[in-house]
Amino acid sequence: MNRYVELKNHQREIYYFRLRLVLSLGFVAVMLLILLLRFFYLQVIRHDYFHTMADSNRIYVVPIVPNRGLILDRNGVVMAKNYSGYTLEIAPTKVKDMDGLIAELSRLVEITPKDIKRFKKLLTERQTLETMPLLSQLTDEEVARISAQQYRFPGVEIKARLFREYPYTDVTSHLIGYVGRINQKDIDQLEEDDAASNYLGSDYIGKTGIEQSYEKDLHGKTGFEQVEVDASGRAVRVLSRTAPKSGNNLMLTLDAKLQEVAEKAFGDYRGALVALDPTNGEVLAFVSKPGYDPSLFIDGIDTDTWDELNNSPDTPLNNRALRGQYPPGSTIKPFMALAGLYYGTRSPTHGISDPGYYMLPGSRHQYRDWKVGGHGSVDMFKSIVVSCDTYYYGLANELGIDNMHSYLSRFGFGQKTGLDMEGEVSGLLPSPEWKAKRYNQIWYPGDTVSAGIGQGYNLVTPVQLAFATAILANDGVAFQPHLVKEVQPPSGGGVPTVIKRLFDLKIDPANLKLVKSAMEAVTKPGGTASVASYGAPYRIAGKTGTAQVIAIKQGEKYDAKKISEYNRDHAWFIAFAPADKPRIAMAVLVENGGHGGTTAAPIARKVMDYYLLGKIPQPLQKVTDKTGDASD
Amino acid sequence: MMNARLLKQRFMQHLDPVLLIALGGFALVSLVLLYSASDGSWMRVLSQAGNIVVAFGAMWIVANMPLHWLMRLAVPMYVLGMILLLLVMTPLGVTSHGATRWLNIGLATIQPSELMKIAVPLMMAWYFEKHEATLKLRNYFIATILLLVPVALIAKQPDLGTSILIGASGFYVLFLAGLSWRIMIGSALAAAASAPFLWSMLHDYQRHRIMMLFDPSQDALGKGYHTIQGMIAVGSGGILGKGYLNGTQTHLDFLPERTTDFIFAVWSEEFGLIGNMLLLGLYIFVIGRGFIITANASTYFTRLMAGSITLTFFTYTFVNMGMVSGILPVVGVPLPLISYGGTSMLTLMLGFGILMSIHTHKKLVKT
Repeated sequence: MNRYVELKNHQREIYYFRLRLVLSLGFVAVMLLILLLRFFYLQVIRHDYFHTMADSNRIYVVPIVPNRGLILDRNGVVMAKNYSGYTLEIAPTKVKDMDGLIAELSRLVEITPKDIKRFKKLLTERQTLETMPLLSQLTDEEVARISAQQYRFPGVEIKARLFREYPYTDVTSHLIGYVGRINQKDIDQLEEDDAASNYLGSDYIGKTGIEQSYEKDLHGKTGFEQVEVDASGRAVRVLSRTAPKSGNNLMLTLDAKLQEVAEKAFGDYRGALVALDPTNGEVLAFVSKPGYDPSLFIDGIDTDTWDELNNSPDTPLNNRALRGQYPPGSTIKPFMALAGLYYGTRSPTHGISDPGYYMLPGSRHQYRDWKVGGHGSVDMFKSIVVSCDTYYYGLANELGIDNMHSYLSRFGFGQKTGLDMEGEVSGLLPSPEWKAKRYNQIWYPGDTVSAGIGQGYNLVTPVQLAFATAILANDGVAFQPHLVKEVQPPSGGGVPTVIKRLFDLKIDPANLKLVKSAMEAVTKPGGTASVASYGAPYRIAGKTGTAQVIAIKQGEKYDAKKISEYNRDHAWFIAFAPADKPRIAMAVLVENGGHGGTTAAPIARKVMDYYLLGKIPQPLQKVTDKTGDASD
Repeated sequence: MMNARLLKQRFMQHLDPVLLIALGGFALVSLVLLYSASDGSWMRVLSQAGNIVVAFGAMWIVANMPLHWLMRLAVPMYVLGMILLLLVMTPLGVTSHGATRWLNIGLATIQPSELMKIAVPLMMAWYFEKHEATLKLRNYFIATILLLVPVALIAKQPDLGTSILIGASGFYVLFLAGLSWRIMIGSALAAAASAPFLWSMLHDYQRHRIMMLFDPSQDALGKGYHTIQGMIAVGSGGILGKGYLNGTQTHLDFLPERTTDFIFAVWSEEFGLIGNMLLLGLYIFVIGRGFIITANASTYFTRLMAGSITLTFFTYTFVNMGMVSGILPVVGVPLPLISYGGTSMLTLMLGFGILMSIHTHKKLVKT
């Protein structure tokens, strides 16, 4: 009995146990099914997502910076090129004690306070993970010295980079411009232009001049390398490579030698010169003096040098040729003469008697001629040759400001020329509308009178005046001024800049002949620039001009000796040659140079001699004692 | 000739050929996978081969032990384990990575919690066997105390993974011993109610790991990194896998702890869903064999012991795979029989030794 009960209990016990075992089995089965479903979810349903995640884990896209295009002159002379060099770079994010690190490094290589200042300025400009150059152009010995000790300095790297080099440095500074480190402003601009991805690996961007204006051509297309990396970011292998496309080379319209001649012709003078080929608009020389060393800017300029350049009274950073605005002075007279003939206000033979001043009818105010006592009997031809102010005071008054504005604007005054360099300014061709808007004042007849000799509100840039001169030289047919002759892709061939014929002013040939012959006479004995064509085997047409820096009070006389150098008059000279078939037209400005005939004209002559004859001149010495005699 | 055959028969006498084949399969998978996970390090593979040999040897010894020996060992093992666990809390304990789990015994450092993986279910099974005839609620209560004290000590070390596994193995004993449903459901409700309190007991890193389960991307480079990289490895493996030695997550160092706790991610990445199903099949095979042995076990003690070992083995597998595939928090449980490491291999194989002993000694044991 007892035994039976025990047996029965035992069986019941086994039964309950097996029941629980089966329940456990069910539990196991359900849990394993959950696992299987999870695997299915991850490996089938979400596979694409995780596949992408795995790839983005392991694949880095590394940009390959393209070689920047070269800049050549019209004869293939290299004006901007690349060379590779070593830099000492520091990753700021990996360095805790920057000053300590620099102090340590300076035991290995020479680090000047300038280098440190420049580096610190860089740090404030662009906060990225990248490395920043402390020193560039290391010598092989310096590289070896640092490499041997590099393990001591985490965050310090030696990198091989391509550098920009300007063989003609300050001779072409304003023309070529320079590249500099990409800063936040550049990044913003690139993002706006949707070009940021093309600059992923780039350190430099064109900042001024041709480098800036043709940035798109010069930069090229960034290549990419897909690199497999491990978890610590070390490259394991290259998966694919899209080669970069080098930037296009630029062939300029400019002649490097001519440019050099023109720069040197200025000697110590400040000023600007723009020379154009009037038959096609090519810029032959483009000078702004003084220049600067563009290589200072490539790796970021240190504050001291920057302040020095920026605060210099000579304003070397100002591109005078493109952005300098000056009263045209008497260089406006040939254009005024054409306006007078065009509107019939003056006939070629109409003469006036010049007492040495002009008075508006009903006014006692005297508008003085530059020559005390006047030029006597003056017709249009003579008015240009001797630069008679009285003649143009009257002409302006009779023409009226509206006609003057309308006619002069045909020559591009008061407008940008559209030169292919960024930053051009428009100058100023005044009109009553402009004055009302700008000063909320009415236009006085006296305003017209001073505008007639290129003073008053008139402002021109050297580029503008050169353009106007070229239009005149080319008998009223204007061509778009341009600096780039041809864009040359690295693959070969070239895309020449289309010569753009802008307009033809259809000037009466008789009028042209009169004005041009008078301008030729300007450079002959008796003219205001008689030195210009002395001994020249070709014919030169020109016109001098003086731009007042400070106003002279009524009844006072301008005396250069009494006023400081920076307040002396600017000297202008516009010219083209050969006069009968012009191949070069230019505007020359010599700041505080006094008289155009004595300072600006000789510069023009040297440029023309070189361009037309291949003659290399001697540099001009600064003449400070000849400015006393103000003649125009 | 006769001798050799006899020797072979004697050698194999207490081994279960079915389990042995499956365990051999695991050994092979472990070595092959470890070669990939360690980036072709023969050192690792050889070292693991050594672990396997030792573990198989231990299994053979235990398999040949009569069950009453095993029962006689239950109390001393448990007491020894408890003493060692308490010693860990004294200055003799060795701390590493913020956890005090080890004990320096001069020759080597040992991890007493590993011993408890066998000792706890053994003790409980022994206790139930002893009171089989007169089982009362009180006995279940005492067994629960026997379980919870070491589990609490281990959780405090902290070693969440091990305490969960031991807790599970003990719970399986209680469950199979017939713990009433009312108590189980009541405790579950009580546990749910006290969850906030338990939560406050957890270490910060444990809380983080649990939080990360819900959203590992919260801290993708910190605490969630393991889970995310594991899921990426598994998911990017797809159906067929990237191929042996071709896992990018594995071979480019993205996968952390890939020879130990996350070795399953290596398998998953290189062999895909198909591979996972095959590996899961191997586990199911072993678990299934465990169930058969359990069902056929002849005594109360052996039934509880075999059931607990089998279900604990399953729990190991589930927790590790769940952790790697991101449905469970990262608690530090290796993939059974595959992850690199001697200790867990030895403990598991001791368990299988017990299973084999149960299976092969039953004819000799009176009911």
